[in-house]
Amino acid sequence: MSKVKKFMYVNRRAPYGTIYAWESLEVVLIGAAFEQDVSMAFIGDGVYQLTKGQDTTGLEMKNFSPTYSALGDYEVTKIYIEKESLEERGLTLEDLQHLTWEDEDDDWAEKDSIQLVSRAEMVKVFADQDVFFNF
Amino acid sequence: MAIEVDGKTYETDEEGYLADITQWVPGVADIMSKEDDLELTEEHWDIINFLREYYEEYQIAPAVRVLTKAVSKRMGKDKGNSKYLYGLFPYGPGKQACRYAGLPKPTGCV
Repeated sequence: MSKVKKFMYVNRRAPYGTIYAWESLEVVLIGAAFEQDVSMAFIGDGVYQLTKGQDTTGLEMKNFSPTYSALGDYEVTKIYIEKESLEERGLTLEDLQHLTWEDEDDDWAEKDSIQLVSRAEMVKVFADQDVFFNF
Repeated sequence: MAIEVDGKTYETDEEGYLADITQWVPGVADIMSKEDDLELTEEHWDIINFLREYYEEYQIAPAVRVLTKAVSKRMGKDKGNSKYLYGLFPYGPGKQACRYAGLPKPTGCV
């Protein structure tokens, strides 16, 4: 048995205009099937990926924002949002989707996936990871 | 590739998945299952309909593990297990049921 590695997916870009955000989400969902310990971080314009009320009409890109709600089903339950990045863009947690996961061992109790962390705390979160994927 | 349902042609990709999910009609599942020599029962339709609802909500076809867990929660543990689901869809509940449901191949399925 190999040791379960801690995978961190770092998302720094706006959701549309490039394919990075969607590619990241797909890789996360695929990676989650391999029983790795997966975390996601949203930094800089990456925080826009989780905003509510996205509408891609006119962009000719699929609105994949509903897919973030499936992360809990894939047991991706550690989603870190950088506090400063939100503030610099005039956003608060209220502007983001409320992502949760259901704990099968706790009678399907709904628990929050999103953790708001400061830039300094994010450094500590990163220090604890084994593998990074930057998108 | 393509399949024909009630005189109408539906395009499929090289693996037999419907090219345009929005075109799906129940007849698609009937034709596809006939080609696999499988008779669709109410139990099959429960899963097919469940997958369509899942896609509607999350815009993805769930991985088998996720499907199993979600079915378990919605329909009980006697159905939410791989033995039951593989019994219904011997080619794999992810791949086969998603194909019948008009969904793309599940993300992460090879």
